[in-house]
Amino acid sequence: MPILRLALLSLWNRRFTALLTLLSIALSVALLLGVERVRTEARASFASTISGTDLIVGARSGPIQLLLYAVFRIGNPTNNISWQSYQEIAAQPQVAWTVPLSLGDSHRGFRVLGTSLDYFEHYRYARGRALTFARGQPFADLYDAVLGAEVARALGYRLDDAIVIAHGAGDVTFARHADQPFRVAGILARTGTPVDRAVHVSLAAIEAIHIGWEGGAPMPGRTVTPDQARRMDLTPTQITAALVGLKSRIATFAMQRWINAYREEALLAVLPGVALSELWSLVAVAEQALLIVSGFVVLVGLIGMLTALLIGLDERRRELAILRSVGARPWQVLALIIGEALLLTLLGLLTGVVLLYGLLAAGTVLVEGRFGLYLELRVLSAQEWRLLTAVLAAGLLVGFIPAWRAYRMSLADGLSLRV
Amino acid sequence: MPARRLGRHLVAQWTRARAALTATGPAVAVAAAPVGPVVALRDLRFRWRPDEPEVLALDQLQVARGEHLFIAGPSGSGKSTLLGLLAGVNVPQQGSVQVLGQALEGLDGAARDRFRARHIGYIFQMFNLIPYLSILDNVLLPCRFSARRRARARARSGRLVAEAHRLLAHLDLAAPDLLSRPVTALSVGQQQRVAAARALIGAPELLIADEPTSALDSDRRQAFLRLLFDECRASGSALIFVSHDTSLAGLFDRSLALGAVNQAGSATAAGRPAPAA
Repeated sequence: MPILRLALLSLWNRRFTALLTLLSIALSVALLLGVERVRTEARASFASTISGTDLIVGARSGPIQLLLYAVFRIGNPTNNISWQSYQEIAAQPQVAWTVPLSLGDSHRGFRVLGTSLDYFEHYRYARGRALTFARGQPFADLYDAVLGAEVARALGYRLDDAIVIAHGAGDVTFARHADQPFRVAGILARTGTPVDRAVHVSLAAIEAIHIGWEGGAPMPGRTVTPDQARRMDLTPTQITAALVGLKSRIATFAMQRWINAYREEALLAVLPGVALSELWSLVAVAEQALLIVSGFVVLVGLIGMLTALLIGLDERRRELAILRSVGARPWQVLALIIGEALLLTLLGLLTGVVLLYGLLAAGTVLVEGRFGLYLELRVLSAQEWRLLTAVLAAGLLVGFIPAWRAYRMSLADGLSLRV
Repeated sequence: MPARRLGRHLVAQWTRARAALTATGPAVAVAAAPVGPVVALRDLRFRWRPDEPEVLALDQLQVARGEHLFIAGPSGSGKSTLLGLLAGVNVPQQGSVQVLGQALEGLDGAARDRFRARHIGYIFQMFNLIPYLSILDNVLLPCRFSARRRARARARSGRLVAEAHRLLAHLDLAAPDLLSRPVTALSVGQQQRVAAARALIGAPELLIADEPTSALDSDRRQAFLRLLFDECRASGSALIFVSHDTSLAGLFDRSLALGAVNQAGSATAAGRPAPAA
């Protein structure tokens, strides 16, 4: 089969144009695969934000809202749940463990989460991975704080640094709990979840710093010093939300019904997986749009190839007549042009994939640091293979246009040389 | 009327494309008869389109084996049409084009292409070479499309490359530094000789040359012809050489004025643009 060899040599002869065409295909393919990969990883990372928790319980609102403030720390709860209700849920026979969550304060733009030591034991992300400490340990003292990895990195904190918590989500001087500073007792390892962006303190500490703040601002004379606080009963009266783990997953729906029908207080229990996929479906539109746009970029790349091949064709009428004179059949002329398109597309795909992996290898650290998105260097997924196959098919289809023209030309011109 | 001419031209192209696509017939296995003429045309009538006048009407033309025939004809006398018919790119509406005893009009397009690859060498007026192939690859091109040419070339020199070198050497293209050059760096005369080597490799029975010397100066013309004759003689190929330069006619076994034998007359009005020469 001399045709493939001819196509190769012909491409080599026009290597500058061919290289540009190849590059535009490669870049567009790398973009397409990159978008697909970020999309998949974002979805996976999103889905792995919380795992191992059977129910999230909060005041009655919407499932997405509850998920947003309880897990992603976005937005604010409309209401709290009472400590008593929380105790009652924790006392249910099916309940294995509970983790209280108390939100409302912040530290230099990062949310402060009041919780119990159970948080470090039971919180799971990414298919059951537990939290680990990069440095230090869980809070032991009332004024100990455990920082998420991103908080420590962004603010440059080390163990035993002193931090002051601000009241509310903003950070204004007059609303700081400056009289009760905290000590950094531990720093968590990076998780790629919102845990990285939280400052964890005990529930008792949240109570302590709010003594005298019942009106939303410190009442002169009613605030306490750390020493006074240590001697007080710091059992909370209410919390924001709770994570619930059950002894058996079979009990999930029964427990959910029980909580949703709880008479003393309007509560809401949601299944994290269900709420996550509901939330993701909101994001999915943008994510689909991104994929479609990169699909169009590939189309532009292929149209570039079409242009290059069509422009080359008129210069090559002579070549086609020579081939016909030595006995090449019209379909072989067609195959020559298709072969070139196929070679260009294939090489473009290959270069694009190499480019993608090169960029991933170089950019993973950056992306993980900046966006908490871990892009794993894994082999091409089935979906990515499908995309590559689709691009190849599109390349073939695009190559058919100049090939058909060449076929018609070689039939019409015969052995006459149009110069 | 140029617009009308252009319209006719386009339609003619379309019709030819159609004709080449739809030309069917029994695909007869070609067995080159050892005797008989290489070319035998009978009652040939050709027009590009049914509603157009004939461009070619030849009652009879024979070319014997190994014969060197000169066909003289001014531009538009039907030369290119005749060569297209002889090479099996087009087929006549009436009459018969027999090459090596095989009626080309009885073969379908693919069979005619195969026949051409096997039995016919073709030299164009100019720009004969594929720019991205080396000199050697250009010469070996017919061997890539025909096993028979391949076998005959091997039979002659043992190896394909050796046969290509032998032909090139006979055509005064032996210098090793020359062979490593890209074909675009060759002079026109050298290019035409490479084209001759390509047409001759595998010793096809019929060599068709379409004004191959028109771009050469007159002394080079003669030298080129001598080399061509020598090689045709050595491989036993018949040569049909078309040119408007009648001063060359004396060098051939026989010459023919196409304008005189073509009864189609006003062939120039047929809508086919005149060749560039």
